[in-house]
Amino acid sequence: MSLTEQQIRTAVLEELGNVAPDAELDGLDPSEDLRDALDIDSMDHLNLMIALHKRLGIEIPERDYPKLLTVDAAVAYLLARAG
Amino acid sequence: MDFATIEKNASALRPRPNLTNYRATRRVFSYEAVRRELGWQPGGDFNIAFLALERQIDRGLGDKLALRWLGRDGSQRDFTYAALDAEANRFANLLRGLGVGRGERVFALAHRTPALYAAALGTLKAGAVFCPLFSQFGPEPIRARMEIGDAALLLTSETLYRRKVEPWRRELPGLRHVLLTDAEADASTGAGATIALAPALAAQPDAFACADTGPEDMALLHFTSGTTGKPKGVIHVHDAATHHYATGRFALDLHADDVFWCTADPGWVTGTSYGILAPLLHGVTMIVDEAEFEAERWYGILQDQKVTVWYTAPTAIRMLMRLGAEVAAGYDLSALRFPASVGEPLNPEAVVWGKEVLGTPFHDNWWQTETGGIMIANFAALPVRPGSMGLPLPGIEAGIVERGEDGSVTEIAEPDRPGELALRPGWPSMMRGYLHEEARYEKAFAGGWYLTGDLARRDADGYYWFVGRADDMIKTSGHLIGPFEVESALMEHPAVSEAAVIGLPDPVAGEVVKAFVALKPGFAAGDALAKELLGHARKRLGAAVAPREIAFRSDLPKTRSGKILRRLLKARELGLEAGDTSTLESDEKR
Repeated sequence: MSLTEQQIRTAVLEELGNVAPDAELDGLDPSEDLRDALDIDSMDHLNLMIALHKRLGIEIPERDYPKLLTVDAAVAYLLARAG
Repeated sequence: MDFATIEKNASALRPRPNLTNYRATRRVFSYEAVRRELGWQPGGDFNIAFLALERQIDRGLGDKLALRWLGRDGSQRDFTYAALDAEANRFANLLRGLGVGRGERVFALAHRTPALYAAALGTLKAGAVFCPLFSQFGPEPIRARMEIGDAALLLTSETLYRRKVEPWRRELPGLRHVLLTDAEADASTGAGATIALAPALAAQPDAFACADTGPEDMALLHFTSGTTGKPKGVIHVHDAATHHYATGRFALDLHADDVFWCTADPGWVTGTSYGILAPLLHGVTMIVDEAEFEAERWYGILQDQKVTVWYTAPTAIRMLMRLGAEVAAGYDLSALRFPASVGEPLNPEAVVWGKEVLGTPFHDNWWQTETGGIMIANFAALPVRPGSMGLPLPGIEAGIVERGEDGSVTEIAEPDRPGELALRPGWPSMMRGYLHEEARYEKAFAGGWYLTGDLARRDADGYYWFVGRADDMIKTSGHLIGPFEVESALMEHPAVSEAAVIGLPDPVAGEVVKAFVALKPGFAAGDALAKELLGHARKRLGAAVAPREIAFRSDLPKTRSGKILRRLLKARELGLEAGDTSTLESDEKR
């Protein structure tokens, strides 16, 4: 099953909401660094990466974590690897 | 698994380590001699920022690079000792112009920008007290600390102010001024006014006659959490510089030509004592990175800035380890001579990983907010025992003690028997009090010892090993979190009737905060409510303090006096023997 961009975007936002339930995702600028926009820290980001891997079954090597620091960047990265 | 001691060939180390003969140095060491070396004369002035800046200029280091700031966007700004002094002077003049007087508290809630460093030093030069807060705190921890500390002025950024301070600012009538680091113009008047920092500083002269503080005048106020009750404001005085300097020499092995990088945020005591003061007192070049942890960015900084002495934290080291040695191998880290770690015990695997990947083990050390500086350390020229916090610094007498039921304290002489880690008070950076909390301060001492609240053992050779906390405090990502503050925030939610918060072991963060919650009638446990409670706690406390996990219980284990037994919850969670539960009035129910 190949994933659509919309499915991936939904997954990113939902998992973000699970890691940081305080986040106001409605007004979130998808190109802004999540750490600034939502006050998430590096442990939160690590948990987000683990949750996305689990949910989508896409490998995200730790080295690539910095490539998923905005919603848009995360969607693009995951889409490219979703095959 | 046992880890072999990592031996050092001291005579082969270059530059020659500052401490080679441990016993002899301990014997001859005196803080008086250190003060004299810093130019102090009995009865004379003593000011940390004067020693960190003007003394260096007097020594001919005015043109030397003091601070290299690395912006998140890849930009870089350099400040010589003379330039940093000028910036600090502008800030000191601004404080004086605003009527902020000697001993008044200047709070900072700011990202790591050059303005924060200049403000810290300028505050000290003005004779006011610098109180840094971690910018990832939520509104409640910020407000509680500013109330306790009688904040007269706050330095922060526009966004942090709007999100975390503005909603309750008017309820702190003592807070007279708010300076915004990134605002372009002053805003409004009256009780909600803010001042744009840059234009205000530009109007100030860059010369300032440093306040004539004495060694015992209050200089720094750092906050630490308690198991019960409100956070504690830990008072440090200008004489702390004597210990910062001595430990910069012995524990961090600072030499004149070093490039030093302390990765801690000044919102925590490490980021002030060693992220600002100790390196400047030694006249070395320090690196400040605005960005948060990012493995390859950090390797890049170590390589490109040719960092020689690096002071970081276990969580970051473990994240680097997860990434693998191959990534490190892609960088030239040959300049790095002395990597050190603090914040929570560094696991032996990480100490040894340093040896394999960096060519030198990580040197763990131990201290706490109350001690103001490093107390026990692994030293450059001495053998490292992986997993041990090391040996007491020259000038520091440590012991393992046990408290009797009558409150008496006896020292445990027998090696390897765990007890409470204790220190003989009297070193210069020892706290001088918990602000407005004399009784809590006195409770920290007994039998001529300062009792640290940490359990440890000492082996037959005098090395200290961390065993655990004597109380319910939680160490997560190097930060000490008091369960009470977290429980209080959870209790504010209408669904919560009781809450208990514990730390659970975590391979990266050391411990993570987990909350057990009992609900009021009419509320149903479930994922949706768990998420709501997590969000509620994060909004009030910030990500650094809030729980990462919530579990529901229909009842929590309590003693007859109604005290929730966090330890029992933790023991059960870890599958350990729960111990004597005969004092339980009510037990946990799922």
